Amino acid sequence: MDSSKASNAGIARSVPPASVGEVRDSVLEVDDFRLAFQVRGRDRNAIRGVSFSVGRNDSYGLVGESGCGKSTVALAIVKYLPRNAHIQSGAIRVNGADVFQMGNAELRRLRATTVSMVYQNPGAALNPAIRVGDQVAETFRVSGSHRAEALARARAMLVKVQISDPDGVMRRYPHQLSGGMQQRVVIAMALAHNPALLILDEPTTGLDATVEAEVLDLIVALRKEFGISILLISHNLGLVARMCRRIGVLYAGRLVEEGSSDAVLSDPRHPYTVGLLRAVPRWGTSKSHGLLDTIPGLPPAIGANIPGCVFADRCGLVQDICQQQEPQLFELDGGRTSRCFFHEKAHLLPTVEAGPKIASRALAVGAPLVRVEHLSKTFRQDGHPVKGVVDVSLSIRPGEALGLVGESGSGKTTLARVLLGLTPPDAGATIDIEGKALRPQISDRPDDQIRALQMVFQNPGGSLNRRHSVRRIIGRALTRLIGLAGRAREQRILELAQSVRLDRALLDLWPVQLSGGLKQRVAIARAFAGEPRLVIADEPTSALDVSVQAAILNLLVKLQADKGVTYLFISHDLGVVRYLSDRIAVLYLGRLMEVGDAETVFQGPHHPYTEALLSAAPILKGETRERIRLHGEIPNASAPPSGCVFHTRCPRFIGDICVKEEPPLAEQEPGHFIRCHHPIEELRRMQRPAPAPATVPGEPSR
Amino acid sequence: MATAIDELVALPARQVARRERLRLLWHSPTFLLGLVVVAFWVLCALVGRLLVPHDPYLPDLLSRLKPPSAAHWFGTDDIGRDVFSRVIVGARGILTVAPLATLLGTVAGTSIGLVAGYFRGIVDEVLMRVVDAFLAVPVVITGMLGLVALGPSTATLILVIGFVFTPLIARTVRAAVLAEREMEYVQAGRLRKENALYMMFVEILPNVLGPVLVEFTVRLGYAIFATATLSFLGFGIQPPAADWGLNLHDQYIYLTGGLWWPVLFPALAIATLVVGVNLLADGLAQVYER
Amino acid sequence: MGRFLLRRFGLALVTLWLLSIIVFVAAHVFPGDVGRRILGPFADPAAVASLNHQLGTDQPILSQYWSWLSGAVTGHLGTSLNYRDSVASLLGRAIGNSAKLGVVAFVLVVPLGILGGIVAALNRDRFLDRFITVAGLSAAVIPEFVWAIVVIILFGVVLRVLPVTAQAPEGSGVLTQLEYLILPAIALVLVLFGYIARITRAGMIEALDADYTRTAALKGLSWATVIRRHVLRNALLPTVAVVASQTGYLIGGLVVIELIFNYPGIGYLLFTAAQKKDFPLLQGGVMFVGLVYLTATLLADIAYSLLNPRIRYGSAE
Repeated sequence: MDSSKASNAGIARSVPPASVGEVRDSVLEVDDFRLAFQVRGRDRNAIRGVSFSVGRNDSYGLVGESGCGKSTVALAIVKYLPRNAHIQSGAIRVNGADVFQMGNAELRRLRATTVSMVYQNPGAALNPAIRVGDQVAETFRVSGSHRAEALARARAMLVKVQISDPDGVMRRYPHQLSGGMQQRVVIAMALAHNPALLILDEPTTGLDATVEAEVLDLIVALRKEFGISILLISHNLGLVARMCRRIGVLYAGRLVEEGSSDAVLSDPRHPYTVGLLRAVPRWGTSKSHGLLDTIPGLPPAIGANIPGCVFADRCGLVQDICQQQEPQLFELDGGRTSRCFFHEKAHLLPTVEAGPKIASRALAVGAPLVRVEHLSKTFRQDGHPVKGVVDVSLSIRPGEALGLVGESGSGKTTLARVLLGLTPPDAGATIDIEGKALRPQISDRPDDQIRALQMVFQNPGGSLNRRHSVRRIIGRALTRLIGLAGRAREQRILELAQSVRLDRALLDLWPVQLSGGLKQRVAIARAFAGEPRLVIADEPTSALDVSVQAAILNLLVKLQADKGVTYLFISHDLGVVRYLSDRIAVLYLGRLMEVGDAETVFQGPHHPYTEALLSAAPILKGETRERIRLHGEIPNASAPPSGCVFHTRCPRFIGDICVKEEPPLAEQEPGHFIRCHHPIEELRRMQRPAPAPATVPGEPSR
Repeated sequence: MATAIDELVALPARQVARRERLRLLWHSPTFLLGLVVVAFWVLCALVGRLLVPHDPYLPDLLSRLKPPSAAHWFGTDDIGRDVFSRVIVGARGILTVAPLATLLGTVAGTSIGLVAGYFRGIVDEVLMRVVDAFLAVPVVITGMLGLVALGPSTATLILVIGFVFTPLIARTVRAAVLAEREMEYVQAGRLRKENALYMMFVEILPNVLGPVLVEFTVRLGYAIFATATLSFLGFGIQPPAADWGLNLHDQYIYLTGGLWWPVLFPALAIATLVVGVNLLADGLAQVYER
Repeated sequence: MGRFLLRRFGLALVTLWLLSIIVFVAAHVFPGDVGRRILGPFADPAAVASLNHQLGTDQPILSQYWSWLSGAVTGHLGTSLNYRDSVASLLGRAIGNSAKLGVVAFVLVVPLGILGGIVAALNRDRFLDRFITVAGLSAAVIPEFVWAIVVIILFGVVLRVLPVTAQAPEGSGVLTQLEYLILPAIALVLVLFGYIARITRAGMIEALDADYTRTAALKGLSWATVIRRHVLRNALLPTVAVVASQTGYLIGGLVVIELIFNYPGIGYLLFTAAQKKDFPLLQGGVMFVGLVYLTATLLADIAYSLLNPRIRYGSAE
């Protein structure tokens, strides 16, 4: 892998000095590219000057938050832009030829043979009405192959992307394939003509972690085999750092920093990069290590007129000059560049959230707040029973944050809905809260239990009624949950607003007027209106950008410290779960696979599935451990595998016993439950950090 | 107060958004044309009697079926009445029946759509099957059946057209409600144990008013269509009203003889009114569905 | 796919049954005393009673419904009061004529509407698009009889090029019959064009904006190939369903068109039934129209599921 290769050589290795302007033998050169969207006759600036180049056989990552223009840059390279896009200046050259000067025929040749693309949503990128085989074959027919030859080449290509049943897949329609398979097909089409440049636009966003890891490995392997240059576009710094030799950081349509992956990550020279890195929880750190740092404010809107530095309004190091004058491109050692007057002291960026360290308030002993016994939930799908959750028994301790982890189909959201009374469980389940039975249907629950359980939703936009003002949204919760009215309610609204750091001026606004982070604050205020005992947060930050996510995580941590509330925190992001949770429960196909203290679960020995999940997570800092890869797809919940449901994909598969017998969820250490036939000592032995040479750089270990 | 004011963005305020919509409407030539046409006919409906040169109801057997002239701009009909005057005052009947019927259908249809979309399950299934059954027969034929069964009068006409439009509107509203119901704010309401009426009318209804408004204007066009057609068939507005459809019913037989004026002008009146309403609907849809 | 079609078929039957209740209620319950409603307020009570007896409307409501429904299922729709003939055979004769007119109108409007929608979508938000959309929908809201009058004045009175009745003289050849059907068909086409064009346009725009269209373009295919192979294929699917649902509007339009052009089809028959308060014929006619519509939509569903691989092959696993 490139990042590991780079780490061997260190920063000194950065040859050639790939500074902008004079790049030898580059596949792609983007030269002061500026683009605006015309809205009602006016140009709204979106790309405010982007220059970078990708060398032959090189890998380049473009990182930025939503709205920074990264996808627009990608589509500009193949000149596939919306009709109202207006290229203001600059040039994009592929193999030396300016894309904007190309005629239709030339452009088609460029798209067919030189530059190809892999997209964010593979399901939508494939035509639903055409068989997969014909769609792949079409890429060969463009270049003049006749039908039989094109089909044969398509089949060979599917073999190359490691599809085990190419003939079966050729005959199928896209909707009959899983997301990971669909992305392989898209990759097969993209590589059909051995392009000089492969653009990957968020290629694994939306895929499950274990599937994502497999797709990324495939890309790395194919890149080596075909010798293709790649341009990877992502919001995920860790992912880009792992995949690419060089990184460019895009902010508000401007490239603010560029350099080799290690250098940018270990020694960022732009305050924005510094802030971005600090906002992500470091691997393995938790709230007890202190609050996360955030970037205040919001990126400038598309079309905003910015005379100075694009980041000036949010920068902790801002000086007068930053507001007045646009910083030039500073060329630094090691072929790096930064657009900051104060790049020398970027690392001195003051922290925004200086706060005390938060200690866990969870009580290890004593009665649990919520006790769940033998909870199962069976749905009916086309007349067949589908087990969403299977025999889950779990305690949530008062004041703790329990993290619930699992991929799609794991049943984590179903479990939350059952607790909330939105979906009744199968007969035989018992759920207690503070020792009292919780009725299965929310309509049967007494008011104090309604108050006790509240929720923060994933999508802050959808969870607030867009026709109600913020005051009304919070006020209604107060009226319904604790019967407040009049002045008392108004008083309480103000208190709640303050506790979520929401300015009182915002109370009279409507949700459309708020940014995503502010909306989530309103939703949190509403959840806390009735002084709940347990707040269930279902992916509360996954719809938000990194810098906003940090602020919301901090708020949740502080609220818990202040109010002693208990959290059930659902997330697919292990770093985030680790940061916020005291204990972690891992679900796979509706079954609990592992439960234990967050640190124990992370440190191991862990369940082989947890091991694979941890191994799949793209992380910022390289670490020497063996990579575990799961093969195949997550089985369908309507036909789960026999015995241990994980046996079909298990890297620590023993044999017959795993196929025939489901292991119990056994307490293998005090407070640490693992559902596996391996004894914990065996797991410990197998999962010992491998000696460094075991990871061959650039080779996905199998 | 330590607040997140720094995140506050200058997004357009609600009032600004509303003003923006109005501005867009004022700059839409089709909307303005529709507005002028509809306003003209509304004026005729209100004070038409004061504007006309002749008594629209007075027969003049000495000047029957006279072609257009200075005295009779649009000519005269088969019993010598002034066609121009009848066209002007004829706006009243149709502009009473159609809006009232649409209003009736919109209120009933919105309620049914809310209930079906909110409760889903068996309630939805039953309501939608009944809606399907109504929609299996064209509006004109259902209307004809209803009017024959109940006996034609202005009140039954409003009732019948309102009734046959109810399923159409219910279906549109239901689709909008189903989409809203998937939004998490509805779950948030359930977590507060809100009752169904509050959820339907306070939480969901305000969010589907946009589609309801567009649907109202579109249906208004079809209500005019239906009223005119039923009147033309003789089941709608009854004599001696100067209604356009009714006039055509009486006069279209003269067409084969080449006497076009008693027929053409009421026909054009209907056409301009429905097109005007349609242009209004189109303008609103452009603004609300962008 | 079998399940899907079976469900659709079951739903169509349920809908038809509900329609029978609606029609029955309208024809038997709403009028109160059916005999009185037919004969008018001044008729002799004895005549009213005798008519009620003849119609069976003196029986209890449920048994009336039962005998009507069981008759209808076996194709016995009763006897027309006006024509003194079996409703079924009257409908049978009329439907042939209506079908001729309907087919001529459909053959004209379906390709035109689809073409209009495609042209509009490809010129999205430009003048041609707005023109086709606004003009098409404006034409669609103008009642058929207004269009009929306009085309009669234009072609029959001013230009005198086409006959103003639809019924060709007895024993005419196919071409003459067609000539007679053109004017009424034009009136129907003008009303139906807008819907078909609008739906086609919406389907086209969805497909044009879809990610798979971008994928196709970025494969290096020519724009014409992208449209032909990738866009049209997906865009025309919803149009299939809409074209079928237009049979409903078409039959509604036939009532006035057949009246104006004096054409003995199903619309004309329904109109006379309503005018003469011929309840048995009206009831049977409305049920028949419902049956035609539901059959058309069912056929459209079959076509749709055959064309749509998502339904044909179910979802993944």
